[in-house]
Amino acid sequence: MEVSPVRIDDGTARWQDLLRSGAEAVAVPLLAILAALVVFGLFVALAGVDPFETYSLMYAGAFGSWFSWQNTLTRAAPLILTALCCALPAQLGMVVIGGEGALVLGGLAAAAIAQALPDTAPVIVQIVMAGAAMAAGAAWIAIAGSLRHWRGVNETISSLLLVYIAIAVFNHLVEGLLRDPASLNKPSTPQIGDTNMLGTIPGTDIHWGLAYGMIACLLAYILIYRTTFGFGMRIAGGNVKAARMVGLPVGKLVLVACALAGAAAGLAGMVEVAAVHGKANASLIVGYGYTGILVAFLARHNPLAIIPVAILLGGIGASGGLLQRRLGLPDATVLVLQGMIFIAILTSEVLYGRLPWLRRKST
Amino acid sequence: MSGELLGWWGVPLAVLAGAIRVSTPFLFVSLGECITEKSGRINLGLEGTLVMGAMSGYAISYLTGSPWLGVLAAGCAGAAFGILHALICSLPRVNDIAVGIALMLFGIGLAFFLGKPFIQPQAPNLPSIPFGNWSDNAQIRDSLRINALFLIGVVLAPVLLWAFRNTRWGLILRTVGDSADAARALGYAVNRVRLLSTAAGGFLAGIGGSFLSLSYPGSWSEGLSSGQGITAVALVIFARWNPMLCFWASLLFGGAAALGPALQSVGITQGYYLFNAAPYVLTLFIMILTCSRDRTLAGAPGELGVTR
Repeated sequence: MEVSPVRIDDGTARWQDLLRSGAEAVAVPLLAILAALVVFGLFVALAGVDPFETYSLMYAGAFGSWFSWQNTLTRAAPLILTALCCALPAQLGMVVIGGEGALVLGGLAAAAIAQALPDTAPVIVQIVMAGAAMAAGAAWIAIAGSLRHWRGVNETISSLLLVYIAIAVFNHLVEGLLRDPASLNKPSTPQIGDTNMLGTIPGTDIHWGLAYGMIACLLAYILIYRTTFGFGMRIAGGNVKAARMVGLPVGKLVLVACALAGAAAGLAGMVEVAAVHGKANASLIVGYGYTGILVAFLARHNPLAIIPVAILLGGIGASGGLLQRRLGLPDATVLVLQGMIFIAILTSEVLYGRLPWLRRKST
Repeated sequence: MSGELLGWWGVPLAVLAGAIRVSTPFLFVSLGECITEKSGRINLGLEGTLVMGAMSGYAISYLTGSPWLGVLAAGCAGAAFGILHALICSLPRVNDIAVGIALMLFGIGLAFFLGKPFIQPQAPNLPSIPFGNWSDNAQIRDSLRINALFLIGVVLAPVLLWAFRNTRWGLILRTVGDSADAARALGYAVNRVRLLSTAAGGFLAGIGGSFLSLSYPGSWSEGLSSGQGITAVALVIFARWNPMLCFWASLLFGGAAALGPALQSVGITQGYYLFNAAPYVLTLFIMILTCSRDRTLAGAPGELGVTR
């Protein structure tokens, strides 16, 4: 730790520092992704596939055309929301990885409540669906938060256990009480109805879920960095004892953060049901919750950084199909690359403050 | 199933037999995690290690024709993942929980990628030892076919308990886990001890995975493991880092997991999926009962972040 000497020209120095840390916050993750891509290239080369062809196909599948851009952005929408599920509790120093469970139950709640409102205006149905999904997700993650606060149960483990319980509840209801008798091979809830579907953003095939995600990120940013509540969250994340000492309601902070996190992931489930599938079935459980964790870590839990990172990861997901068709790579290829990026990004923590051309000059 | 059926008596028998069968992966993963956590680090990536072990064990058993070579390969794959975890965690400012999550996702992805060609073919399975030949009831005979790996686990648990308490290695491991500073002052290389213990933990978790693909259910598929790894990690906390308690807890969890299929076998299909969630609900409740907000858990290694 070096101590910087007192500077006369404090204004410029502060700007330089800000610029430096900003450049670092972009450069380090980019380096990590680059490293992961190189390792991934070696990996596919070992599997007998030309790495450069893989890279170019991935680019084509993710960002190569308007069509692939739309596919990418459609996949980014749930990722943005599930990433928030990890990023919000992270402000309090908690590692919540149960977004998948909140997403699954949110989607189920949305599909179920739509059945209860047969002759209602679509706008109202959509609002009620979103509300039900957010409530379900919020309740689910709040369980992990309250167990953490009142019983000291590790939230990482409990939230992951809750994913498996959520999926069991989901299967139980979709195969039983909520099952559409017409869905024979793939048990599903009944359709929510064409009129109740979320439309697409005019001029595109991208559904409104993307806008929901972006608004949620903006709100989360304001909450964390521009409100007293968010300030309290960050204090408690830095030092719980100090936060208690100054009288911050740590329990309330933990519960609200977890509930908001779960609400975001629940909304992701509603978006998937009301904009993509039209009903709740096993197609909902494809791992958006887990990829969201990676997005949040890559974005260093900054809600605004989540948006571009989710688009990047959505692009990687979108290119999976092309890799499968053209190169015969298994569908898990995307998972392997995601895992490599995750490992690289955690390893890159070491680089902060050590990149030679970004190091503060000692005068 | 041939022979006379036991009717309702089949349920407790099936739960007992299921407990023995299903508990083996829990047992190996929790013993492995026990070693790792004793050194003061938590490896949440064992879910990925388990799946990786299942895949590599099955693949090697298929390619070489020897299931025991498969078990060894699964252990080595698990150890490799453990070494990777330990190396990344030994860097400054890297959080072991986050690395565990990353390795969990990476392990599952890699296993699905490499395991694609092995979904169809049937590999030779591990042998079972028939303990029920005295009975002429097919159901009892079937229930008492106990896998050799389970027996190895049964022996391993008390041996580990003894080793933790009575050997020089056990003492070093506990010192590193309770206070890295004290261990450093005594001249022990903290990171190297943690590397070895995480590798050993990964080795056992990999073997636990090979049980899934080579014995019960006995084939490789992508839906093979659903949370056994993470449940086992939670189980170590419940077992207070005591290998013998890990063994009893594994049996309990195995029994809970066997409840759904056992009830299904006598015709109760209502709530099948909910019974499948029994081990997870049980884990959660046990954690609620045993954890505490105000004090660290008795027996917890002092350096372990997960209980703070």
